[in-house]
Amino acid sequence: MSEVTQEQITELLCQRLVYFTEIEMEVSPETNLITHLAIDSVKLLNLVMEIEDEFDISVPLNTLVDVLTVQDLANLIHKIKLSSQ
Amino acid sequence: MNLLEKLDAAAAARKAQLPEGVGAFGIPIEESYSATEARIGERRVLMLGTNNYLGLSFALECREAAHQAIDQEGTGTTGSRMANGNYYGHRALEREFAEFYNCRECIVFTTGYQANLGTISGLAGAGDVVLIDGDAHASIYDGCILSGADIIRFRHNDPADLEKRLRRLGERSRNTLIVVEGIYSMLGDQAPLAEIVEIKNAYQSTLLLDEAHSLGVLGKTGQGLVEQTGLNNEVDFITGTFSKSLCGIGGFCVSNHSQLNQLRYISHPYIFTASPSPATIASTRAALKLLREGSSLRERLWQNAHHLYSSLKTIGYQLGPQPGPIVAILLDNPRQALALWNGLMEHDIYVNLVLPPAAPEGKSLVRCSINAAHTTEQIDRVCDVFARLYSSIAE
Ligand SMILES: Cc1ncc(COP(=O)(O)O)c(C=O)c1O
Repeated sequence: MSEVTQEQITELLCQRLVYFTEIEMEVSPETNLITHLAIDSVKLLNLVMEIEDEFDISVPLNTLVDVLTVQDLANLIHKIKLSSQ
Repeated sequence: MNLLEKLDAAAAARKAQLPEGVGAFGIPIEESYSATEARIGERRVLMLGTNNYLGLSFALECREAAHQAIDQEGTGTTGSRMANGNYYGHRALEREFAEFYNCRECIVFTTGYQANLGTISGLAGAGDVVLIDGDAHASIYDGCILSGADIIRFRHNDPADLEKRLRRLGERSRNTLIVVEGIYSMLGDQAPLAEIVEIKNAYQSTLLLDEAHSLGVLGKTGQGLVEQTGLNNEVDFITGTFSKSLCGIGGFCVSNHSQLNQLRYISHPYIFTASPSPATIASTRAALKLLREGSSLRERLWQNAHHLYSSLKTIGYQLGPQPGPIVAILLDNPRQALALWNGLMEHDIYVNLVLPPAAPEGKSLVRCSINAAHTTEQIDRVCDVFARLYSSIAE
């Protein structure tokens, strides 16, 4: 399987997140998932399921405790993806 | 923001979301008249939002047992069973539950919430995995967090999705606890247990089934989904609560695995809390007897459930996927749900209002729950009111 770069993950997240929030705004790596996007806990958990399927990885919910921004989430996914290969 | 300011901000967000909706939550009930009626303010209201599935909240046998226990054993146990004494009634109730499920072991907990907390955190730990349904109850989430295990969700009632996630885990699937519910508390649908059991066996995982809403409701003797599907020997651990069909408070876990007993020594939600009061244990024992013998109550309950479900469907309401004692009406937004809830209250009918994120899939719910004590006339009246309110919601 070809390697996914961190940038690709970030880009995909920014695209996806637009559909997950009711607020019309640009999503950037620095966007805070909770305070900027007002994503509620269940939406975030559903996004995690989609990410798991997209990258064929397991993202345990307990690893999300340090995730605040889109960038944090991308870093976490990248790390898990690398270690699963 | 300091701690108190954060609470102020959360309260402001709550009030902004639904300014007139505040009264729907934590509604003050002044007096209970029966298993189906209560006083709210000055009104006599039909209760269609309790979990009193068999209608046993005023059962004479249970009240007498509770009175007697208070007179003979006092009002409380004042402490933990491990530290302050393991009373006869608690041990007897455990034996009775073990015998009811034909299981070797049973542990009684102080609430159903703690039964899930104590069982999940006792079974799984750091390095293990808990794989839970996407609509899992908060007590299951909290148990998973307390366990320190890796928490993964699968799509609600979707065995193929469960399998995909187990496959990804590789060898770790053997250290995985799968958690599902007999009847889901919000939509009222049942877990596809046979398929889930097949998958858990293929991946050598462990399965926990929470029968909180299905105890007394499903199966010939009321054991729950496990009895209805004939899968008693395939489910590793069953938890449940005394607070719903048994009309008490407390919870249990039963299993044929002798290792369950070890949880008494390691599970904080069992050890570091007081055991249920003697009155609670006594009424629960009496209620369990009524539940086991209650096939006519179950029949009545299901008649009522089908009656409400099919009538609301005919009117045109969008409902949960499957008829049952929990009949959930799905609405697109909180305002519609609140309007329906208010309309019902104006007609002296109390139901539950469930808003996102508590309701699944971003929907808002008006959640009705039926019990065996509701009369046909009461349900007819409810359906009548729902029919009258339909046009105001559909607009
Ligand atoms: C599925 C489920 N499990 C556990 C519980 C907790 O039970 P209790 O309210 O008796 O603590 C509930 C109810 O609140 C529930 O709906």
